[in-house]
Amino acid sequence: MRATPKLTWIEMKLFFREPMALIFSFAFPFFVMFILAGVFGNEIDTEDPESLEVWRGVGPADYYVPAYVGIVMASMGLISLPLRLATYRERGVLRRFRAAGFPAGAIIISQVAVALGIAAVGAIAITVSSTLFYGTQAPEMPLATLGAWLLGAGAFAAIGIFLGAILPTARTAQGGGLILFFMMMFISGGGPPRGVLTTSMRTLSDFLPLTHVVLMLQETWLGYGWDTRASLITVAFFVCTAAAGLFRFRWG
Amino acid sequence: MARAVVVRNLRRTYGEVVAVDDVSFHVDEGEIFGIIGPNGSGKTTTVECLQGLRSRSGGEVEVLGLDPGSHGTQVRQLIGSQLQESNLPDRIKVWEALDLFASRSRSAVDWRELAERWGLTGKLNAVFASLSGGQQQRLFVALALVNAPRLVFLDEMTTGLDPSARRLAWELIAAVREHGATVVLVTHFMDEAEALCDRIAVFHRGRVAALDTPGGLVAAHGGDSRVIFSTGEGDLSWLGSVPCVDGVARRGRRIEVSGHGAVLAHTAAALGARGIYPADLHFERPTLEDAFLNLVGGHGGQ
Repeated sequence: MRATPKLTWIEMKLFFREPMALIFSFAFPFFVMFILAGVFGNEIDTEDPESLEVWRGVGPADYYVPAYVGIVMASMGLISLPLRLATYRERGVLRRFRAAGFPAGAIIISQVAVALGIAAVGAIAITVSSTLFYGTQAPEMPLATLGAWLLGAGAFAAIGIFLGAILPTARTAQGGGLILFFMMMFISGGGPPRGVLTTSMRTLSDFLPLTHVVLMLQETWLGYGWDTRASLITVAFFVCTAAAGLFRFRWG
Repeated sequence: MARAVVVRNLRRTYGEVVAVDDVSFHVDEGEIFGIIGPNGSGKTTTVECLQGLRSRSGGEVEVLGLDPGSHGTQVRQLIGSQLQESNLPDRIKVWEALDLFASRSRSAVDWRELAERWGLTGKLNAVFASLSGGQQQRLFVALALVNAPRLVFLDEMTTGLDPSARRLAWELIAAVREHGATVVLVTHFMDEAEALCDRIAVFHRGRVAALDTPGGLVAAHGGDSRVIFSTGEGDLSWLGSVPCVDGVARRGRRIEVSGHGAVLAHTAAALGARGIYPADLHFERPTLEDAFLNLVGGHGGQ
């Protein structure tokens, strides 16, 4: 059906016309990452075992780049995608699309494609700009990093469809999405490094998908290998939220 | 004549609540078929069942020869639809919406011509949210027509419009039929139904209370015509025996003669024969609204 690519292209353009989504997908993660990189720099004291452990053996900026690549995915899956779907449902946009004979698949495919596109643009922008400004390193295991990125972005797209299906209004999607986003951002790798979290924070972070996506990305980016446990947990998040999201999808 | 829609014994319940109860009618190709009724009388539920947007609890429905229950997406790609409470994304541009809605059908018309016909050419690059209510309505109609449908559903499309935009919408609806499409029009404006529809189904409590042409509904359910005038004459009891007169009511100087057929001519002749020539003599014919209120009992009926 020609309608699906056309809808995807229009949704992509609409994304760039929506300031709220743009700010949270691009401006905000950039802003925070550059504050962190600016404060901590990219030097590591190789004599200090504690610092080596906290920063996983690399400079703070190198530590944060894969984390913020993950955070762009999270903002897309937790904020912009559910907000878009809930707004469309609340305002009757889905109703009109349905009455015009667009199948549910066209709506979901176009939303997921836009979300993945935005996450990819954000990932490239963060990687390139931090390399330019802080001399951070490129992924040590590029193919594995790409695999981790695809898995993580897929999981957050599924989470976005799921949240968009269960959050009834734009208001609840915005509120709920922001709370989930900030919680994950601060304790899943975008705030204090995992090594300095309290035990209870670390336990909580183990239940959050972003923790495992960031771990997968960092492991491959810094050349430590493929984190099987984190990737299995991410797959579990993907399968459960995709199934629940498709099952719970409602037009009106 | 070919039939665009056939409905037999349609029923839709929500738990204990019966929204639509044993509704049957058909819509001929090329007509404007009106559905009127108080809020909660089952109009919208019926129209949604016809578009396969709602499942039915019983009965049979055929839309352009297809069952919308099992071929919903296919039916919706063949028809045009303007639903209540349905919208477009705020920032979609007019041309993008037309292009998108044209892309779902192979037989779609050229949307540039359609935009021209509905006066949207100057607004092609405007975003949806910046359009006036009338422009949004024109866009909705254009979107409902861009797949060259043989059947168009318009559900309360003039609700919330100001009077001049409503008149414009009427012209749009009449023009849709001129271009060969069958129209099913749901409305709660009686003047709209009377002006536009070939036949009207009056819904009441989930059933079709009456189905006829506007003139037929008024004749059967509108009640008497009235001849009204003022006079100082004391005794008018003789008016009761004038042909076609059914009753005479008096309020001070104001006299209301109710009757049928040629009651006006007979009453005027009888008054003239007695030398009474009231300057304010006038005639009130029952309207569709009178027929409607008689049919549904006059107080909504949720």
